[in-house]
Amino acid sequence: MTRMIVHRLLVGLFVMWGAASLIFLIVRAAPGDPATVLLGPDADHAQIVRLRASLGLDRPLGAQYLSYLGDVCRLDFGESHRLGRPAMDAVLDRLPATVDLTLTATVTAVIVGLTLGMLAGGRPGGLLDRVVSACTIALQSFPTFWTGIMLVLVFALNLRLLPSSGVGTPQHLVLPAVTLAFPFIAIIARLTRTSLVETMSEEYVRTARSKGLTERQVLLGHALRNSLIPVVTVVGVQVGALVGGAVIVENVFAWPGLGSLVVEAVANRDYTVVQGATLLIAGIVVVLNLMADLLVAQLDPRIRTGAV
Amino acid sequence: MTAAGTARGHGAGKAAPGTDGPVLRIADLAVELPGPHGTRVRAVDGVSFDVPRATTVGLIGESGSGKTMTAHAVLGLPPEGATLTGRLLWHGEDLVTADPARRRAVRGREIAMIFQDPLAALNPTQRIGRQVGEIPRRDRLPRAEVRRRTAELLDRAGIPEPERRMRAYPHELSGGLRQRAVIAMALAGNPELLLADEPTTALDVTVQSRILRLLADIQAADGLAMLLVSHDLRVVSHVAEQVVVMYAGRVCERGPARAALRRPAHPYTAALVRSVPAVRTRTALAAPLPGAPATPANRPDGCAFHPRCPLVRARCRDETPQVREAAPGRWSACHFAEEVLGE
Repeated sequence: MTRMIVHRLLVGLFVMWGAASLIFLIVRAAPGDPATVLLGPDADHAQIVRLRASLGLDRPLGAQYLSYLGDVCRLDFGESHRLGRPAMDAVLDRLPATVDLTLTATVTAVIVGLTLGMLAGGRPGGLLDRVVSACTIALQSFPTFWTGIMLVLVFALNLRLLPSSGVGTPQHLVLPAVTLAFPFIAIIARLTRTSLVETMSEEYVRTARSKGLTERQVLLGHALRNSLIPVVTVVGVQVGALVGGAVIVENVFAWPGLGSLVVEAVANRDYTVVQGATLLIAGIVVVLNLMADLLVAQLDPRIRTGAV
Repeated sequence: MTAAGTARGHGAGKAAPGTDGPVLRIADLAVELPGPHGTRVRAVDGVSFDVPRATTVGLIGESGSGKTMTAHAVLGLPPEGATLTGRLLWHGEDLVTADPARRRAVRGREIAMIFQDPLAALNPTQRIGRQVGEIPRRDRLPRAEVRRRTAELLDRAGIPEPERRMRAYPHELSGGLRQRAVIAMALAGNPELLLADEPTTALDVTVQSRILRLLADIQAADGLAMLLVSHDLRVVSHVAEQVVVMYAGRVCERGPARAALRRPAHPYTAALVRSVPAVRTRTALAAPLPGAPATPANRPDGCAFHPRCPLVRARCRDETPQVREAAPGRWSACHFAEEVLGE
């Protein structure tokens, strides 16, 4: 168990190094740089060259990369010259809003998705199963920006039940969280259904039936926990994708989270902020995956004792 | 309240008068499964035999012969979409027409099953003790009593250090111990009939005979009736008093195990016996059965065995033989059973 955790943490470090390196190259591959953006279109060439030099952007890429890695290892994520403050400070300021949003979306998606999946999988081929299947296909196919706009149209503009954008009250959270949760609900529901149907055909479920248990006792006592194992793994991975999906939703709903910060930062070639935010998100994903793995180990003793 | 008392009491209460009757009488049992293109396949077709009190009946056949399906039908857990016809008379009470609640009450407590692959039959995420003690636990016995019962069951199944093994997960035990745990689980409801589906097939040869001895001991000590499903003649010849031989969903032969295997009344039984080294032949070389086994889905007309039968005649191709008493106590579904017996 300890070995597994250590192993996972080492892999996580490797993943974060990969993410740091990739984003370092990608931001620099985009046309323009912080100097041109900071100085605006009217700046002359000499000014740009001077600012570049002072930002260290005139050095060879390899040298920049090495000093960037060195700084990151010392937890120094650099200054955002556009914002005039340490990049990580700006990122951490925006983090709570994104955490609120993704956490609400995740909890909603897990509760609704598991319920739908269990209802559908409890009776495969039944009416409920077909209805849930149709709904989940729809939920999964609609792009997030479209569902976001539709929800705003219906609940904010027509029914005037909920605010269309911004922050402040819990009501502000509803539409963006639901928008973000929709495709996630679909994924969880479909996976839960499949896994439950598969588990119910396992031989140990037949053994449970052979003890004279009711279907309900079989489901709750033997099938449910085992069918959740693959779901937990996927939820762990998908929450990471959710943080990525939050970028779009935050922009649709003017939600002041990491997503909108990153979009601004990319537009302004604010390298340090993009890098800092990416590293933070990568770190969160690594931790979430580790947590999912630990939870799976908790559910499945074969993994806990290293038998599989 | 003891589970055994009520379970047996219920069964006995409904029993036909005369305690000498079989605990289970299977009469003209058929299991129909959905086949391709909306057809129905009779996987079990007109099977009849008795399981007498405190007796082990061996049910033999190749894979696809319907032997396991018959056992599952007795347990009341046929495959999805299957329809059961005929009668399963449990102490005179027909289980085919019994309502689901009554079926459930019988299952595990009057009729219990030991499954073939113990690793698959045990829930991988639950400790052995929890699974073995599930019936006492569901009966809301006090926790200490459930523990005591569970340890006792594991001990009866020959598991050393039961208190420790209760806390193990299935994958932490050896194959033999797992099968013993499955046996303990089947005994938990004090059943009167044990259905053992290939109980030794998944095990090492050295473990097989010990498990068989355990089953025989438990059967004898508790006066249980046992239906032992196996493709292995040696297994059946060791522990069964009666034998039923199935082929392509039908019964070919039934009778006392020793006599039937020594002097078969059906060419299929004879071929099976010849195919096993050292049951009858003195050489290590066995004579494998020629041809592929017929399956219920493409069962030949007439006698299902006729394409592989060394004695085949014209009549065998057209006329389906009925199971009849060819000699006292010897039942055979061969038109020429007397001839086979006389060989």
